[in-house]
Amino acid sequence: MSNNENIQLPEVLRTPSRFRNPIGKYRLMRNGDCISCGKCVEICPYDVHIIRRGQVFVKNNYRCIGLNCKDPCYKSCPVQALSLKKNPDFEVLGDYRWPPELLAATWYMAENGNVPPVGLEYKTGLSGGGFDKLRLVINKDKSLPEDLPDDEIDVGVDLNRRGDNSHKIRIRVPFYGGGMSYGSVSITTMLSRIKAAAELGTFCCTGEGGYPDELKPYDDHVITQVATGLFGVKEETIQRVKIVEFKYAQGAKPGLGGHLLGDKVTPGVARMREAVVGYPLFSPFPFHSVYSVEDHKKHVDWIKAMNPRALISVKVATPNDVDMVAVGSYYAGAHIIHLDGSYGGTGAAPDIAKKNIAIPIEYAVPKVHRFLQDEGVRDKITVIASGGIRTPHDVAKIIALGADGVCTGTADLVALECIRCHNCERGRGCARGIATTDPELMDLMEHEWGRQRVINMFLAWRKEIIRILKRFGMKSIKELVGRTDCLVHLDYMKR
Amino acid sequence: MPSKYVIHTKHMPHRFEPVIKSGIIAWEEGCLKCAVCVKKQCVYGVYDNRRLDPLQMIESIDNQCMNCFRCVQGCPRELIHKSLNPEYQALGDSYWTPDIISDLWDQSETGKIPVSGSGYPGPFSGPGFDSIWTDMSEIVRPTRDGIHGREYISTAIDIGKTPVNLTFDNKGNLVKKLSHIIDIPLPIILRMPPFGSLGDKTVQGWALAAGRLETLFALPQDMIDDGLKNFDQWLMPEVSSLGFNPAGIPKGVKIVEVPYCDEMDEIVKDLRDFNPSLLISVRIPMSEEMEERVLSTVKQGFAIIHLEGAPDGCFHDDKNRFVKDGIRSIHIKLVENGIRDRLTLLAGGGIALAEHATKSIICGADAVFVDFPILVALECRMCRRCTMGLPCPVNIESAPLDWVAARVENLIGAWHSQLLEMMGAMGIRDARRLRGEAGRAMFFEELDSSIFGSMGEVEEGCELE
Repeated sequence: MSNNENIQLPEVLRTPSRFRNPIGKYRLMRNGDCISCGKCVEICPYDVHIIRRGQVFVKNNYRCIGLNCKDPCYKSCPVQALSLKKNPDFEVLGDYRWPPELLAATWYMAENGNVPPVGLEYKTGLSGGGFDKLRLVINKDKSLPEDLPDDEIDVGVDLNRRGDNSHKIRIRVPFYGGGMSYGSVSITTMLSRIKAAAELGTFCCTGEGGYPDELKPYDDHVITQVATGLFGVKEETIQRVKIVEFKYAQGAKPGLGGHLLGDKVTPGVARMREAVVGYPLFSPFPFHSVYSVEDHKKHVDWIKAMNPRALISVKVATPNDVDMVAVGSYYAGAHIIHLDGSYGGTGAAPDIAKKNIAIPIEYAVPKVHRFLQDEGVRDKITVIASGGIRTPHDVAKIIALGADGVCTGTADLVALECIRCHNCERGRGCARGIATTDPELMDLMEHEWGRQRVINMFLAWRKEIIRILKRFGMKSIKELVGRTDCLVHLDYMKR
Repeated sequence: MPSKYVIHTKHMPHRFEPVIKSGIIAWEEGCLKCAVCVKKQCVYGVYDNRRLDPLQMIESIDNQCMNCFRCVQGCPRELIHKSLNPEYQALGDSYWTPDIISDLWDQSETGKIPVSGSGYPGPFSGPGFDSIWTDMSEIVRPTRDGIHGREYISTAIDIGKTPVNLTFDNKGNLVKKLSHIIDIPLPIILRMPPFGSLGDKTVQGWALAAGRLETLFALPQDMIDDGLKNFDQWLMPEVSSLGFNPAGIPKGVKIVEVPYCDEMDEIVKDLRDFNPSLLISVRIPMSEEMEERVLSTVKQGFAIIHLEGAPDGCFHDDKNRFVKDGIRSIHIKLVENGIRDRLTLLAGGGIALAEHATKSIICGADAVFVDFPILVALECRMCRRCTMGLPCPVNIESAPLDWVAARVENLIGAWHSQLLEMMGAMGIRDARRLRGEAGRAMFFEELDSSIFGSMGEVEEGCELE
């Protein structure tokens, strides 16, 4: 067991939005009739209204729970100066996978470290299939008492099940951070994620873009990625870490190479990637040194020669024969098979690939789980799922479908106030200072703020996963793996 | 290996400001006149570049806004908001959705593959083509990197009767004369859309685009006039069963389409008398009788079939059967009868996005017809005012020839690149080998029930969360 187990979990610290006007579902309008009596300030439990120098203002519109409020200010106002409206901005946000409510709920978790109490759907999206059509089936007779201390429920995941000489690593939460490269996101974003991962007793992956020195203090919580361009891969970076990830493909652009435009190859990026400033960089597809499982094994052996105790993770996208790929990876010596489903995130990818190529993670995981079971090796390899994991309920569902744990990406960025505008690569990069290397835009965020937001969100996830396990009557998340009987798909439900 | 097929695209701006998804609402009342206004800090310079289009009375800020919400979230008096544009939501119909139309506009302007950040925002799956995912290759099978030009992927296909085998004499010469075929460098044929506010230059522009793309342009025979005389070899006249006159078919035409009808034999006889080397395609609507009609047409010796779906990607007589289902069932039928390789199967109806072309081929078509997208390329909003005799909001009929051709080339260029992306990911190097490769696709109907079909039981008294 790793010494992670003894570390205290970090505290939740309330961390509000970095923008002046956080976006919420409702807007309260105050007209000129207001007599500043202070009644609304007094009755609102959410601090929506404030009083300053004898005058009353609506300060925190975004915290208003609107129609769910039992004692609404707009009804109690003695002069009817208040009215409640839906926020028009709200419906412009989001999409089928991340509806505005899910974005706002995630912001709530990142601010408060809890799931939202009422009024915001935080469990599923509106994509009309997969996760969004699956529901947890709870048999209340078997549930554990709600007040059972959270420490009694084990949500940790062992990453090395081969029982070989490599590190025995256990993550304390059933998730770790997926790869986002230096260049695709800012160093502030990288640091926010990696510091949060370290405090939560888990890991975070560098992506393919080098291993910045700023991450050095967190080496024990870093997964370094070896991808087809081999950018920033050095013997020294391989030896620094406990887990090395081979990226064969990425869910958002399966089977396609990467292309970093010349403009994005700034001096910092060029240094990190050992390339020339201003020249475009191609990350080819596939690894041209791997055309078989035997070639793949050579790759694994190469890492083991440099860092004999490193765990090897193999990140693959989800073709029809993903089950064969998983078994092949096991026989080649991998400890972790990381399946990245087709609806996963990216800094930039062709829309046609994101929508059409390869299968969603909800299909890939049960396929792989069953195939590994039939092969008799399921308990020798750790299955990690990613590509569209948005909520603690998604985590529970994918584990019930056969994964051991998950990797997150977009959710972390939403905690940092990503609004999914899809313009990560345009112009100077992310206008919200998350996925950019533009110095002025990077200044929009501080990594201490970011670290706490990510921690808050994941503490909320952890609490929620523990609550779900208690409802299932399970004391360990291991009991949930492959338990498809804990799920029902609404399209096939027999009434 | 033939020389590489390249479609030359160049940026070709809109003539009108496109209708966009959401707009900015900014109130002046109550403005504090901050020294550094959030509008001045716009990352994209939207407010600095703002201007009014006097023709349409449209503010440019709406069209340039990238939805980062910085100004909305920064204004101290909360005076700036975003709201959905009802005009956008009213575009097109339930099949030709606003998102599809807007996507086609962008591709026609830039000629590039739509690329964006973060994950896929759409529904899990959908009807018709949206119920198919395409495969990719990993570790155990090679892929092809076609898009960046390092490996050659051919998208060429043949139209016509391909011989089952070749026979040679003692000297090595072919014994039998090969039947005539046309090969086009990409599996996409342009086709006149059923409506549109068209001018002479519109039709000529489409013909010019077909010529530059080296493909065909199918149009009703009665629309062919002197203005198209330089484009003969790229035209595919569709003859009508009423008042057919072979003399109206220009000399250079290589292929003609006839509708499946009672008069078919007479029309074909006239055509053969007029020009014996003409290839003839028979157009059969997708409907219940389709299978029988296809088989009888093939029996009569025709080698090119055009399966025509409805504009919404469905059968004409059944809204629950989709073009992809029609193609697949006919393809399989022809394979079972051992005659698939002897003929060319063209398909159309509701081909709206590049992936529809790829998926149609996977289901068994050799090539697809593209009709409405070549109209949307010209900024058509699918408002159908032209069908009621009302003026076109974007005056398509006045668009100049070169602009029409360039916009269509851009669109098809972007589609071609996307076809290469999908084929590359699958590890397929030749469009002819993609045909009917259903093993390189995953179908929702099969996958969803095999994975989730067993997850329907809920014990008595259980709660769902």
